[in-house]
Amino acid sequence: MTLLSYAKAMNRALADALEADPAVCVFGEDVGAGLAGLTLGLQQRFGAERVVDVPLSEQAFTSAGIGAALNGMRPVIELQIPSLLFLVFEQLANQAHKFSLMTGGQARVPLTVVVPGSGSRSGWAGQHSDHPYGLFAHVGIKTLAPATPTDAYGLLSSAILDDDPVVLFAPAGALGVREDVTAPLVPIPLGTARTVRPGSDVTVVAVGHLVHQAVAVAEELAGEVSVEVLDPRTLYPLDRAALVESLNRTGRLVVADDSNRFAGFAAEVLAVAAEECRLLAPPRRVTRPDGAVLPFALALDRALQPREDQLRDAIRAVLK
Amino acid sequence: MSLPHLADPAGRYRTMRLIRSFEELALEWVRSGLVVGGTHPYIGQEAVAVGVCAALDPADQLTSTHRGHGHVLAKGADPGRLLAELLGRVGGLNGGRGGSMHAADFSLGILGANGIVGAGAPIAVGSAWAARRRGEPTVVASFFGDGALNQGVLLEALNLASIWRAPAVFVCENNGYATTLPAASAVGGSACGRAAAFGIPAETVDGMDVEAVRAAAGRAVERARAGGGPSFLECLTYRFEAHHTMERRFRLSYRTAEEVASWRERDPLATGLPTGRMAEIDREVAELLSAAAEFALASAEPDPATANDHLYASGLRPRSGAAL
Repeated sequence: MTLLSYAKAMNRALADALEADPAVCVFGEDVGAGLAGLTLGLQQRFGAERVVDVPLSEQAFTSAGIGAALNGMRPVIELQIPSLLFLVFEQLANQAHKFSLMTGGQARVPLTVVVPGSGSRSGWAGQHSDHPYGLFAHVGIKTLAPATPTDAYGLLSSAILDDDPVVLFAPAGALGVREDVTAPLVPIPLGTARTVRPGSDVTVVAVGHLVHQAVAVAEELAGEVSVEVLDPRTLYPLDRAALVESLNRTGRLVVADDSNRFAGFAAEVLAVAAEECRLLAPPRRVTRPDGAVLPFALALDRALQPREDQLRDAIRAVLK
Repeated sequence: MSLPHLADPAGRYRTMRLIRSFEELALEWVRSGLVVGGTHPYIGQEAVAVGVCAALDPADQLTSTHRGHGHVLAKGADPGRLLAELLGRVGGLNGGRGGSMHAADFSLGILGANGIVGAGAPIAVGSAWAARRRGEPTVVASFFGDGALNQGVLLEALNLASIWRAPAVFVCENNGYATTLPAASAVGGSACGRAAAFGIPAETVDGMDVEAVRAAAGRAVERARAGGGPSFLECLTYRFEAHHTMERRFRLSYRTAEEVASWRERDPLATGLPTGRMAEIDREVAELLSAAAEFALASAEPDPATANDHLYASGLRPRSGAAL
């Protein structure tokens, strides 16, 4: 049995990409030392010219990544905390994402941004605990949230191979996940969902680390209700076909989404269900509150995040 | 192997005249409603674009600004295709998807005008970094105005360029105003002082004198090409027209008529070429521009069904806004 950790899976995806293509390079703070775990050993192996330690200037090195991408490279940007995405929203939403269309297809920006530890990390407080994938999905940037080591490897590999900008959120709550990996690790096509657990009474769409919570709840309720757990893996583009297929079978929907409720990812899933499916009961969302800012105290931090008891209640509510 | 159309004084004059006449025609087209949305006229600043591009090779690159027509034309973009872009036609440089503020021609190293002040500089640094990593001799010039001197990202870009010894030339077109805000009341310290703080050689040149700009840019490009790292040029210049063609609607008065007149006396197009030669070039440019206008006006309007084309380089086709 080979237990593969989430962090090691991402590290391996990066190493394999660096090995396969000299155009791949990494920009980030402390990537030489590998402080975030993602790049451990890579600078020693591939050199400081390819795994580049950059000064604390997120906007410039993200844009430098865009410039390098415009000139034939495939840069991976590591941002150690999700809130740094707010600093570089200009660079990603307004520059990287818009280049292809605005130039009439002359330019492509194969840039990957990885956040190794998004969402609450217990005790990191207001400016280190956001999980802002909805913003990027809304803009139209390809947005990934893998839940398992296999998916982290496969989606990061595909992100680097993709000709468009991609943001990958590695949820802090999933970083501790280990998996017994026997099959070879391979790229996973963007925009493909995974049925984590088949079921027939209700579909739980769970994002990132909440996939594991959803599976636990589903097992617990197994005698009472047959729960299907669907992991979209790619939040944008969303695998609507898989979602619609599942909902047309179960007729009931709960979304577990550890981000803010208003105009969030869960709202989009509900909208797709309302537009394209005939549900047997009103759907439910288990999310952070509207406009959430995570407080420091552990009890307060936890109070704002989706919990298993809320998910259990939501599943029971849609069964009524 | 410098840009052949800028190799001699006549060629540099011809290109400045082309930019001037192009801009005059664009102004006319804005006033008549042909160009929707307006433009940021470059008139008065021609010597900067032409002087800097005269120091570049065809394979060199540039990033430009919202006031970008001059840079794009100086690097060699086809005026007919740039006019078609202003009209939003399929024959435009960007197929009508970019317009005045996003004109790009990657085949000529023109990485795009940019609607966000200061945004081009770090992109130029990254492109220069990539070229150097591959061992290519490419130099990237990044144009920006005095307004960009107060954007944090520009200062971050200067620092990155310095530590990476990126083959980049930062060209500050100091025309004295960030829209209506005078540089004197916006820029603490000096433009060159900012570059110097990052260890980047900097000099101020007369941006109304194409040969002075060319000489300074030549030194900077040579340094970059030889592995000496980035340089910074502050070109003192002036826009004879408004910040944007919308400006006249509000009858703004942030500059005196005397100030504008005194700069107009220093017109960069007064190059000292023999009058007969200039008149001959002016005729050539008028013919060229008339053919360009004809090309642009004859180019088709884009099909609305293609509005989402090119959104993703990978070919992803997202949902349409209206479909279920």
